[in-house]
Amino acid sequence: MLAIYKRELKSYFTSMMGYVFVAFVLVVVGIYFAAYNLNAYPLIGYTLYNVTFLFLILVPILTMRSLAEEQRNKTDQLLYTSPVSLLGIVIGKFLALISVFGIPVLVICFYPQILGQYGTVNMPMSYLAIFGFFLLGCAYIAIGMFISSITESQIIAAVISFVVLMASYQMEGIASFFSDTAVTSLIAFSVLFLLIGVGYGVAARNVVMPAVLFVLAEAVLGGFYLANSVWFEGAFAAMLKKLNLAGLSYNMIQSGILDFTNIVFYLSVIGFFLFLTVQSIKKKRWN
Amino acid sequence: MIEVNNLVKQYGDHIAVDHLSFRVEKGQIYGFLGPNGAGKSTTMNIMTGYLSATSGEVVINGHNIFEEPEEAKKCIGYLPEMPPLYMDMTPLEYLKFVAELKKIPKKDQLSMIADVMKLVKITEYRGRLIRNLSKGYKQRVGLAQAILGYPEIIILDEPTVGLDPKQIIEIRDLIKELSKKHTIILSSHIMQEISAVCDYIMIIAHGKLVASDTPENLSKLMLGSNEIELLIRGESSVIQEILSQNSEIISLAVHHQTEEGCVPVEIKTPAEIDIREKIFYQMSEARCPILMMKSANMSLEDIFLELTADSASDKEEKKKGFFIKKKEIKEIEETAADGISNKLDSASETEEEQKEC
Repeated sequence: MLAIYKRELKSYFTSMMGYVFVAFVLVVVGIYFAAYNLNAYPLIGYTLYNVTFLFLILVPILTMRSLAEEQRNKTDQLLYTSPVSLLGIVIGKFLALISVFGIPVLVICFYPQILGQYGTVNMPMSYLAIFGFFLLGCAYIAIGMFISSITESQIIAAVISFVVLMASYQMEGIASFFSDTAVTSLIAFSVLFLLIGVGYGVAARNVVMPAVLFVLAEAVLGGFYLANSVWFEGAFAAMLKKLNLAGLSYNMIQSGILDFTNIVFYLSVIGFFLFLTVQSIKKKRWN
Repeated sequence: MIEVNNLVKQYGDHIAVDHLSFRVEKGQIYGFLGPNGAGKSTTMNIMTGYLSATSGEVVINGHNIFEEPEEAKKCIGYLPEMPPLYMDMTPLEYLKFVAELKKIPKKDQLSMIADVMKLVKITEYRGRLIRNLSKGYKQRVGLAQAILGYPEIIILDEPTVGLDPKQIIEIRDLIKELSKKHTIILSSHIMQEISAVCDYIMIIAHGKLVASDTPENLSKLMLGSNEIELLIRGESSVIQEILSQNSEIISLAVHHQTEEGCVPVEIKTPAEIDIREKIFYQMSEARCPILMMKSANMSLEDIFLELTADSASDKEEKKKGFFIKKKEIKEIEETAADGISNKLDSASETEEEQKEC
């Protein structure tokens, strides 16, 4: 794990990738910092919340090569035949990615100190905002890394990551298309289950298991609906809104509120996508 | 050492490895031989834990590769078909990375890397980017990676592809050198390659093991009889008379004269009888000097072609893709067979002509 971490981290800085990433983050954050913080509010969170759009462009570029390149160059053969566990490989790569992201975040840690020179700054709030910003980035990176593991092409990985992150970013807008009635939610959930079932069926080349699961899920759904349809009012839209990772960070980054549910949520997203990455590598070995 | 039992790998409808079973014992060089697409690389990839199998098991030093992958992988060094190199590293950095991956103790790492680099002769290139090395040197770096840590088993998938003849010989010598301490399995679709280095040959075609034995036994196995070609100076009738006294000879063919006063003869004896000395003394008594005597054993190349072509015919109906290849092989066989029968015909004709004279 450590060997992979070191190699990955080094490779980001033997190519231009790492430097460009760090420079780009610092430039954009710097511009917003100058505009918002130096002229108006003394809270770094205000700047950081407004630059979360950065992730849409930068995360796909950072993560696209992570596993896709290994597969294309067949260097994955070395990794998967060496006495290191798959989870170790995935975690090593993930840690390298967040270390690259951690460099500009470390630099940003000095910004509240700069502001502090000119007046009183709420330090706990500032550092909580930076922590939230970092956590949000890590969650996005985990998603990007998973997408990189499902394809051999870096370009495809970058494009899919961008689309997924974009969809997540715009989820509030998408959610507003769904009306608040209980029936809408019921139908939307059913369609979602159906899509998941079909996807699972295609991936596993199996009909029975997804079909059984789908029928079970529908039965549970129907049961809840019959029991109390009020639960369903606006439920689907509310669920979609939860998928907007950047929006969820509002509390922590901009308002400076220590929100444990959000921290747990981000950590779960990271864990879930690392798990999916391991599974996607395992699946490759079977086909 | 390595035990492969009933290994099956299926890709959709295509069976890449078909109930393959074999055992590998310590301290020998094993050769996987088979035409392209026979399932050599797939088998090796499964044995090293890169791919999983549809069914069957691979046990390495008592560790099942699917159940205890990390323990099993520790015993193996693997050079895949395409060396798994990071182009943005130098050989030294790369080997350091591999050493850490293989969990070689920190204090031994540098000295071991130096030894291995000396062994595959890349010491002077250690500081260059792998991207800028020639194919032969990339191959050597890949080989160094497999040897690093001196695992008990070294698996090499087509190790000499892309090397020049001198390098091929060097790598062969290196493999022989390594076999003193390690068990080596290598694959190739080139016969000479395998027969030059291996103690034991496994011929694979269409995912099945069609033959496995030592090179010598394989030759014997395939050949029911000994064939000897002779070129003798003297009268054809005299030579024939002397030779026909030997009851061991199954068949005797006299060919067209190529040199003035010399008779080319081809004789066949049962496989267990060596008649060469006897003929030498007979001819010397008759004062008919033997200018050439050659035992025409079936070469491994012939065996290889024959075995792989045979198993192809089984699948003729099923696999259209292989049909073309198979057809080609068959055509070659037919033309070869025609050639031989023509030769025999003309030989018997000359015999008859001479008898008439």
